Amino acid sequence: MSKTYAEINEKIKKGQAVIVTAEEIIDIVEEKGLRKAAQEVDVVTTGTFGPMCSSGAFLNFGHSSPRIKIGGGHAFLNNVPAYAGLAAVDVYIGATAISDEDPRNMVYPGEFNYGGGHVIEELVAGRDVQLEVSAYGTDCYPRKKLKTLVNIKDINEAVLFSPRNAYQNYNCAVNLSERIIYTYMGVLQPHMGNATFCSAAQLSPLLNDPLYKTIGIGTKIFLGGGVGFVAWHGTQHNPGVKRKENEVPQAGAGTLAVIGDLKQMKAEWLRGSSFLGYGSTLTVGIGIPIPILNEDVCRHTAVRNRDIWTQVVDYGKNYPNNVAGSIGEVNYEQLFSGEIVMQDKKIPAAPLSSYAKAREIANTLKTWIKKGDFLLTEPVQNLPGPEAGIAFKGLRERPGK
Amino acid sequence: MKIARKIILRFPKGTVEKPVVCRWVKDFDLEFNILKAAVTPNEEGLMHLEIKGEKDKYNKGLEYLTSEGVKVQQISQEIKRDEARCTHCGICVSVCPTPSLAIDKKTREVIFDSKHCVACEMCVRVCPVKAMEIKF
Repeated sequence: MSKTYAEINEKIKKGQAVIVTAEEIIDIVEEKGLRKAAQEVDVVTTGTFGPMCSSGAFLNFGHSSPRIKIGGGHAFLNNVPAYAGLAAVDVYIGATAISDEDPRNMVYPGEFNYGGGHVIEELVAGRDVQLEVSAYGTDCYPRKKLKTLVNIKDINEAVLFSPRNAYQNYNCAVNLSERIIYTYMGVLQPHMGNATFCSAAQLSPLLNDPLYKTIGIGTKIFLGGGVGFVAWHGTQHNPGVKRKENEVPQAGAGTLAVIGDLKQMKAEWLRGSSFLGYGSTLTVGIGIPIPILNEDVCRHTAVRNRDIWTQVVDYGKNYPNNVAGSIGEVNYEQLFSGEIVMQDKKIPAAPLSSYAKAREIANTLKTWIKKGDFLLTEPVQNLPGPEAGIAFKGLRERPGK
Repeated sequence: MKIARKIILRFPKGTVEKPVVCRWVKDFDLEFNILKAAVTPNEEGLMHLEIKGEKDKYNKGLEYLTSEGVKVQQISQEIKRDEARCTHCGICVSVCPTPSLAIDKKTREVIFDSKHCVACEMCVRVCPVKAMEIKF
């Protein structure tokens, strides 16, 4: 038994497609068996809502009179620096950028109250943002200073383009050191006083398609409350990590580069975020539909929290020193229970990524597809899988001149 | 009648060395739970505690503290959640020292039950989207 994208889309258009979320498919497979479930269900929707630092947006402001060449100059949005190494009026605002005046960790732990992620949220919310530019001036772009309010609805383009989102699995963080630490995995108490984790697990897009059989370049997705696409595999895409028998990676593995028109996204699903002592970022909502092409695809979407394992990593000493190694392995059923046991010690565990919002995204995507507004796309090229032989490299430092 | 209150005590320079708190809780039969304590670089002391006892003894105790030069501030502040901003991520649950913040096993939403809250403000500091606020 197998189905094609075209057949599934036909059913969607006729309003006959059976669409369920990555949670609902679990019980369906349990009750009806894999074969029947794969026949009956056409689409499984996934979702995730978590902090994703490698996020950002390209903006084109249009030309001022007289003209100014931002390229090679300096640009700031609400005081937050944007990348200006592009043409005259294009910039890129990255999620982790912070104002030069931000005290950072000078008063430790720093609060990082406002950064690029917050600028993106404000733009999407339709609020005016102040653009300030200094340029060197040329014959064709004579102006050297510009300070103006800009609004997303007035500028030419605003495109969210994030080089790494939607990590397939992620570390569970603990702290084996003697002091409290402030990390991108939250506040970690000494001597393994707590554990944090960050995945929507059984709802997470790439954990439902562990071998990237349906999610590929060109896949249409829910991105930041609007429609977006998978543009490429994400940076640090590392499909070769160890996998369990169900083919689900046991550590951070695949990632996605995603793109979409920021103008049709919603601030509710793109949230500027601050991590105490670490920095500012953007919390991004992503949902991906998985076409149930065959039993294998269906089996993968029926994965449960207890079947998804991850590594417990020490962020006190090992992680900062880039020392490889896990101090244990836990599954997401254990993590979501609120307590894990590590080295005979009971440790409270809490998430950083919102499972409630991930569920809401999967349900929203399901509604969109049901209404016939959202058809599925066949990837124009698959993402590199475990067979691609990608080796995850550290940085080998060499003395320069 | 027994009452429980959260208060902040400020000890001016010089009073830090006196066993004021010890006499206070003993003489007035009070139960206490220290939430935060610090001596600032200019030798002033600050203590944030939860205190329980009989109402009249509690009030007389406060008079005693005041007579010793200790400044008493009743905590009328409480932690509030901006429901529209909260994303139910769960990071606050990882730092909350009380059962005030917990994740509902079914909805996976973060439940905030302020009756256990000791206003330690850890959730305010860690909330990535600034959904937890101090209200005076």
